[in-house]
Amino acid sequence: MTDVTEVPLTTKADWSSDQEVRWCPGCGDYSILTAMQMLMPELGVARENTVFISGIGCAARFPYYMNTYGMHSIHGRSPAIATGLAVARPDLDVWVVGGDGDMLSIGGNHLIHALRRNVNIKILLFNNQIYGLTKGQYSPTSEQGKVTKSTPFGSLDHPFNPVSLALGAEASFVARTHDMDRKHMQAMFRRAHEHQGSALVEVFQNCNVFNDGAFGAITKKDNREAMLINLDHGQPIRFGADGEKGVICRPNGVAEIVTVADLGADVENQLLVHDETQMDPSRAFALSRLASRPTEPTPMGVFRAVERPEYAGETNAQVAAATAASGPGDLEKLLHSQPTWEV
Amino acid sequence: MTDIAEPPSAVRDIDHVIVRFAGDSGDGMQLTGDRFTSASALFGNDLATLPDFPAEIRAPQGTLAGVSAFQVQISDHPISTPGDAPNVLIAMNPAALKSDLGRLEAGGTVIVNEDAFTERNLAKAGYDANPLDDDTLAGFTVIQVQMTTLTKEVAKDLGDLGIKPRDAERSKNFFALGLLSWMYTRPTEPTMEWIDAKFAGREGVIAANKAAFNAGHAYGETAELSEHHYQVRPAKLEPGTYTSINGNTALSWGLVAAGELAQVPIFLGSYPITPASDILHELSKHKNFGVRTVQAEDEIAAVGCALGASYGGHIGVTTTSGPGIALKGETIGLAISLELPLVIIDIQRGGPSTGLPTKTEASDLMMAMYGRHGEAPMPIVAAYTPSQCFHAAIEAVRLAVKYRTPVMLLSDGYLANGSAPWKIPDVASLPEIPVDFATEPNQTNEDGEGVFWPYLRDHNLARPWAVPGTPGLMHRIGGLEKEDGTGNVSYSAENHAFMTDVREERIARIADDIPLVEIDGDADADVCVLGWGSTWGAITGAVQRIRSGGDKIAHVHLMHLNPFPKNLGEVLGSFDRVIVPELNMGQLSKLVRAEFLVDAESVTKVMGQPFTAGELEAELRTAVAAKN
Ligand code: SF4
Repeated sequence: MTDVTEVPLTTKADWSSDQEVRWCPGCGDYSILTAMQMLMPELGVARENTVFISGIGCAARFPYYMNTYGMHSIHGRSPAIATGLAVARPDLDVWVVGGDGDMLSIGGNHLIHALRRNVNIKILLFNNQIYGLTKGQYSPTSEQGKVTKSTPFGSLDHPFNPVSLALGAEASFVARTHDMDRKHMQAMFRRAHEHQGSALVEVFQNCNVFNDGAFGAITKKDNREAMLINLDHGQPIRFGADGEKGVICRPNGVAEIVTVADLGADVENQLLVHDETQMDPSRAFALSRLASRPTEPTPMGVFRAVERPEYAGETNAQVAAATAASGPGDLEKLLHSQPTWEV
Repeated sequence: MTDIAEPPSAVRDIDHVIVRFAGDSGDGMQLTGDRFTSASALFGNDLATLPDFPAEIRAPQGTLAGVSAFQVQISDHPISTPGDAPNVLIAMNPAALKSDLGRLEAGGTVIVNEDAFTERNLAKAGYDANPLDDDTLAGFTVIQVQMTTLTKEVAKDLGDLGIKPRDAERSKNFFALGLLSWMYTRPTEPTMEWIDAKFAGREGVIAANKAAFNAGHAYGETAELSEHHYQVRPAKLEPGTYTSINGNTALSWGLVAAGELAQVPIFLGSYPITPASDILHELSKHKNFGVRTVQAEDEIAAVGCALGASYGGHIGVTTTSGPGIALKGETIGLAISLELPLVIIDIQRGGPSTGLPTKTEASDLMMAMYGRHGEAPMPIVAAYTPSQCFHAAIEAVRLAVKYRTPVMLLSDGYLANGSAPWKIPDVASLPEIPVDFATEPNQTNEDGEGVFWPYLRDHNLARPWAVPGTPGLMHRIGGLEKEDGTGNVSYSAENHAFMTDVREERIARIADDIPLVEIDGDADADVCVLGWGSTWGAITGAVQRIRSGGDKIAHVHLMHLNPFPKNLGEVLGSFDRVIVPELNMGQLSKLVRAEFLVDAESVTKVMGQPFTAGELEAELRTAVAAKN
């Protein structure tokens, strides 16, 4: 609707709404919000062309705090609503924000279909492995055996790994980051923004009230070197203070963490070189299986970034092609398009 | 109109005929009925159709469950229904005869495909003895024809075109069509042209179908059927250009038209469901009107993406049937809270649950009215004839856009699939749908700066439609209760009560913007029939019959069910008795009782079939007689 040719310079303040932020003090959501508000001025986009859509949950309050267009919708449905908006208005930047319950439980169906369609929406999945807003029930990413109000004897559910799920849905862009590292979050959000198509960014987010420290084993400053496996495109996958650990791929396709020293002389040929552009998602999926819980060394960064046709663009291209082929719609002609007779 | 040669003198004039084609699901009865209808439409008859088919795509062959039927009434005068009892039944197999014979009028004509009356088929239909041999058909005129044999016979020479006897057999429905076309002096060219177009590139199939059609036609001419040679002259309809249209096509075109009238793209989010899918199919063709269609992953996503599109400044539409409405309820509630335009279309069918997917019912009125949590009013528009679906769709869009509200548009399986001649309206006569998007701040803050309040209302109580991309109007909306004016989240008790009132009042005031009800028939009658939706045809037929017998009766038909037209209470109050026929257990009668304290009497039918005029005539005559 508006052709923005030149975007005025903005600051974090311009992207912050006048609404009081109402998350619990110490909640990881604050740092994610700050990361986003600080990143936005750098993306060269206009506030009026940016929309945040959310469902229900703690994370879903996010749109209220961004001075952009925003919709706080209903539980689980934000990917569907965002799909409609993105198809109707390919000129907009559409972001979707939700938690693990919103996106993977009640809204799981919409999430996988949005990813499969590759519609131009950027989905930020704040994974805190718990239901916060309903006060502490286990979520679809909670570990098996978790004792919560609704599972006094421990939960029996096997959890989802959101990155694996997204890769299974053949998402064209999948990344993971965490709320303790603003720079990394911003890098991932920026990459998602630049991607043409649907993007899923899983953000490990601490819920300090109901699931405090769920990610501490890997995200605490002192633990990061040993526990976070940074995925850098084109680089052999190594981690640890001196890069002493690495990832190899077994002939059966399983990715495995090894001590680099054990690999002998031919290290470089054995270590897995990360290729986020590989069309086949199997290798990325294997990487997503390296850690079954965020207490083990866990990959961070872009798992997959491939190009495939974007749904909103394709839909609008069909509209344009039909108009070019048969001319703009003529109502008179349409009403007479079946056999007619005169009385 | 197609010219036909002046029929020979043996042709007898009749003013109408009701024909019912019945056969196995694989026998092509819908297609045969459709062709007979099209030829009659082009000839200039008035007509109405009732396709009646099973939910299974291919139910077990030859069984009662697999019978697919198509009823059509053609006439030389205006009619409103596909007729009560058929005058002629074409039964392509024993199951069709068994399931549909009971509908045939006393003394009616049965045309059977004798070849299909094999022991195996008789057993599948549950006949112990061949009904062609015993007195099952006593009292009817029976025409037995070896349709399969004769069809194969004429296809014998088509071997060069790759037609084997087994393929040829499939053309037997064209034999039946040819025979019926001769009996009722239908023009043949439209069918020939249609066969050419439909099977273009498949020369063998074209030849076989034409040969079968011609053989059927010739059979009528040469066999001793001269006492069955009739003609139904063109109907004297209002002058104009006509086309034959079914409800789902008319509804789709209404949506396309509404997009043009509003100069805003139509965006359809839909999930396939019987009997609504054809709207998705039809709208998908019209992308050059800027129509976007998304076949969503489920019913909830379908309405969700339509709402997302509305938020972005398109006219979001979602189409479904009852089960889909149940799933969309939460999102409709969100749309009510967001106060955005949205059109929800329910092509009703028999319920509850999967119910009778291919059979008609109008039992979703209460769901349309109240089927959401919280106080969540929305306008309801109901279509009442196949072609009127066009105008109903335009009206639903008009209300949605003007009042920024979801609107429920109700149709049903009978309207959706039934067709009737439609005088094509002049495009210039269609209503305007003005759309004004917000472009400017609408409020001033303490510092004297212009700011935007998303819930500041206009004189219709509608809030501004400020779409993303508009500079300076960034705002956040959501399903949480909003403060009046600013739209900020508010948990204030007073504000919630106020906002609930406003949402109610905004819809109630639409009554000022819709036509008053008009009384058809006798305003001074004692008895008034109140109807809504597809019962219009049967009520109109019944009322005409009663009035032509010299009795008085009035008919009021509703297109707007929420809010009701302003004079409805007064009009209903002016009659001694109000009778409400409905294809449900009395939903409108409960609503008018609650709203106007009138002693509305309910006449109900939930058999997957529309009322016939005859059924209603009997009911209404009793009421009229009781008053005398
Ligand atoms: S409950 Fe947990 S996730 Fe929700 S705001 Fe509080 S700390 Fe954050």
